[in-house]
Amino acid sequence: MATEIHAVRRETAAPATGRPATPDLLAFAALLLVLIAAPYVLYPVFVMKVLCFALFACAFNLLIGFAGLLSFGHAAFFGGAAYITAHTVKVWGLPPELGILLGTAFSATLGLAFGALAIRRQGIYFAMITLALSQMVFFMALQLKFTGGEDGIQAVPRGHLFGVIDLSNSLSMYYFVLAVFLFGFVVIWRTVHSPFGQVLKAIRENEPRAISLGYRTDHYKLMAFVLSATLAGLAGGTKAIVFQLATLTDVQWQMSGAVVLMTLLGGIGTLFGPVVGAALVVTLENYLAASNLPVPVVIGVIFVACVLLFRRGIVGEIAARFGGKRS
Amino acid sequence: MIARLLAGAALAALAVGSAQAQQGKVSGDVVKIGVLNDRSGLYADLGGEGSVVAVRMAVEEVGGKILGKSIEVVAADHQNKPDIGSNLSREWIDRDGVDVIVDVPNSGVALAVQEVTREKKKIFLMQGPATSRLTGDACSPTGFHWAYDTRALAVGTGQAIVKEGGKSWFFLTADYAFGHQLETDTAAQVKKAGGAVVGAVRAPLNTADFSSFLLQAQSSGAQVIGLANAGGDTITSIKQASEFGLTQSGQQKLAGLLIFLSDVHALGLQVAQDLVLTTGFYWDMDDEKRAWSEKYKAKTGKMPTMVQAGSYSSVKHYLKAIEAAGTDDGATVSAKMKEMSVNDMFAKNGKILPNGRMVHDMYLARVKKPSESKGPWDYYEIIRTIPGDEAFATLAESGCKLPG
Amino acid sequence: MSTIFGIPPQALFGQLLLGLINGSFYALLSLGLAVIFGMLNVINFAHGALYMLGAFVAWLLLTMAGIGYWWALLLAPLVVGAFGVLLEKTLLSRLYKLDHLYGLLLTFGLALIVEGVFRHFYGVSGQPYPIPDLLRGGQNLGFMFLPNYRGWVVVASLVVCLATWYAIERTKLGAYLRAATENPVLVQAFGINVPLMITATYGFGVALAGLAGVLAAPIYQVSPLMGSNLIIVVFAVVVIGGMGSILGAVLTGYGLGLLEGLTKVFYPEASNIVVFVIMAVVLLIKPAGLFGRER
Repeated sequence: MATEIHAVRRETAAPATGRPATPDLLAFAALLLVLIAAPYVLYPVFVMKVLCFALFACAFNLLIGFAGLLSFGHAAFFGGAAYITAHTVKVWGLPPELGILLGTAFSATLGLAFGALAIRRQGIYFAMITLALSQMVFFMALQLKFTGGEDGIQAVPRGHLFGVIDLSNSLSMYYFVLAVFLFGFVVIWRTVHSPFGQVLKAIRENEPRAISLGYRTDHYKLMAFVLSATLAGLAGGTKAIVFQLATLTDVQWQMSGAVVLMTLLGGIGTLFGPVVGAALVVTLENYLAASNLPVPVVIGVIFVACVLLFRRGIVGEIAARFGGKRS
Repeated sequence: MIARLLAGAALAALAVGSAQAQQGKVSGDVVKIGVLNDRSGLYADLGGEGSVVAVRMAVEEVGGKILGKSIEVVAADHQNKPDIGSNLSREWIDRDGVDVIVDVPNSGVALAVQEVTREKKKIFLMQGPATSRLTGDACSPTGFHWAYDTRALAVGTGQAIVKEGGKSWFFLTADYAFGHQLETDTAAQVKKAGGAVVGAVRAPLNTADFSSFLLQAQSSGAQVIGLANAGGDTITSIKQASEFGLTQSGQQKLAGLLIFLSDVHALGLQVAQDLVLTTGFYWDMDDEKRAWSEKYKAKTGKMPTMVQAGSYSSVKHYLKAIEAAGTDDGATVSAKMKEMSVNDMFAKNGKILPNGRMVHDMYLARVKKPSESKGPWDYYEIIRTIPGDEAFATLAESGCKLPG
Repeated sequence: MSTIFGIPPQALFGQLLLGLINGSFYALLSLGLAVIFGMLNVINFAHGALYMLGAFVAWLLLTMAGIGYWWALLLAPLVVGAFGVLLEKTLLSRLYKLDHLYGLLLTFGLALIVEGVFRHFYGVSGQPYPIPDLLRGGQNLGFMFLPNYRGWVVVASLVVCLATWYAIERTKLGAYLRAATENPVLVQAFGINVPLMITATYGFGVALAGLAGVLAAPIYQVSPLMGSNLIIVVFAVVVIGGMGSILGAVLTGYGLGLLEGLTKVFYPEASNIVVFVIMAVVLLIKPAGLFGRER
């Protein structure tokens, strides 16, 4: 079926030259400057939250924006890693970097299992299957002993990075999170522009054609899924260290919905869209919590408005208006 | 006891030293009270805006000013998410200069906020959360647990019902940490009082249909079915028990271990009748409580739950302690609060243990039949007063280890 | 007394019967989802919210206007259906030319709004809805006490499911519908108003959800969250049955209800995930679902 979603993506996706375009580099430099200065202006914990969700959204975007797969179950990877990290750091006493690494590895494994099941179907079916599988993780998190059920895992020590840097200092914590975010962001950036990323885009645009060209599309899709799950896990593990807790919120299906919203709002298939979307949604949630407006309604209205009125998302719209050929 | 003496001594020294510097002892020149609770979800009815109203009433009673500085009340919705709760309370304290956090239902969120307030040495007045861990292994020098806890519920309902003749118990337990703890605590009390536990079934959280679990409870032949669950789960299980004729037969009795006035209101007396429960507060017990509750009802249209009444009481006590200490510094006020006994419409001669547990009388109540109820909100008949020392754990039993 | 696998037969039969009752709701909801999906290719994420809306309409009718259960059984689905028609006309219809995923996202947003609004105004501890006088009490079946109302739910849902199946598979209108699902352009060329048909289908599908809501009101609390607790399971039911298959949705609904009942006897802790485990197994063996076909 000829669909507009593809047309939009074709317009907004990065050029197929295999090298990042200059405007992207400029935007990246600007983003970097803002992020380095941010903790001196804004509340550091808040910016860390934004960064964790931004990485989560970027990981999700890798799947929907560049492989055309809408996962409605990414909370399983985000929250699953958070639980593993929190448990290994708190109970086993591992240093934070190792805990995050283990959490990420867990998500990668989970991603492999879920991905192998889910990529057997496409489109809506794929969304439903990922949703149902992540719901399974939710119930496990609710019932397993080590997850602490409803209370979650609390009071996770931040510990010392590499045994030296004290992460309970919020500035050192911030720059560690920034480093993790940048690492994930650059991995995604490189992936999108690599030959692998090009094949993904080819599959997204026309899968039968990609198959006829001799690509084993299922392998590519599975790899993209695992990579996305892994990075989502990295974000979740880091979040567990920042907030010193891992709870059911992270694995609920509403979390999967939230990351869809962030990506949609910022711009599906754009490099910076998820970052902008995550920043907006997190700000909104924090701001609305102190007001009398019901949070879910506002989020729902934004969702509907995005779907109906600006499907390109904020970054996508800006790029389409000003970016000319690039975007 | 030693901790208390030391705190007292420290305070005395401080009071002498700061006698001339009474003014300017209020950080940011304003006492900011943050009410953090569930304003849209599962626990919105038992706390929610009602707790905010109750806190405002306490503030109004002192004229909105303390030590010559104004008092401000802010409120936020933690949406039952520990991360949002911990983030909001961090921001409140770091950025907005909030001095005290009130309510915070949902044990998970409360445990998270307890970590923040401990680190920042700010006062935390807990009403909504249930778990006795908050004054046990997760206790904090500045954390206060006010209206009730799982241990008090277990003692109240567990022991009392055995004494009334309900010897054999079957538990319908919400399958998560809070439910397990409530079941363990209650089972211990039942056995202590000479009863027996014949079985238990674990139902997943947010179960829509309890009928299969109730069927198991019914076939167990136990005299009492203990509902170790909360909120929506409790309401649904009670409603369905009535549908399946569990209580009408007269052989089995339901014991709700955590039931609020708002739950009974939602269920209606037809369904909730004869339920036995433990509460820390009921509006229709004496003139003082009635007067306050009527005032509250005029503002909200509802009678207060123990959480809402407790919010009022704890803030009132907190403000008194500031007045007495001459500062709003967390550690100092906390010590002062523990020195003073709690005397207001909520509690008489309530005392606060060093672990922050406010010890006051609890009440065993029975829900009235529709025919006995004289009008709206006339729901409970108080059948026994449980002395505070019996209801709550002592410092040694609590397992709380505070430094110094 | 003999036992089956160490379980007394009373308990087993009792749980199976309860499973059948739960299955009735799964069947009604997944039927509506399947009808909508077949025609619109949209997974209606708002289905749970509309089920909740049905229950709330019944409750509001009772408390505001004193209109009782039996009229609500007729009126609430009509109201919900009308609301569905409005949604389809004003919002959903703008998205048909796009990827179907946008339909999913739109209905997800709608579900958040509808649920959020009711949460805001009515809280979440739920409102009680009395069982109609005619269906109070129950039958002692020997192995269990069956409340009359639950028996009625099973009968009502069976009748509705069968009637829907008959209407779609055996009537002329149903034939148009099936044809329009296969090839809307061709059917349009025959002079049949396909957009109207799509609207009507959506309205009918969500009316089924509304009906399920009214049926559920006396059993569960009428609460804003009642839909979102149920909808994910129903999604899994639809995936297992094969999306778009009417018969598949109904049979799977009842079947999984029974299976859940069994799990509750043997291993209650797993009763929440058994549906998802089965879904994973079915997907491994038959990716299109039990009754579905690859498209």
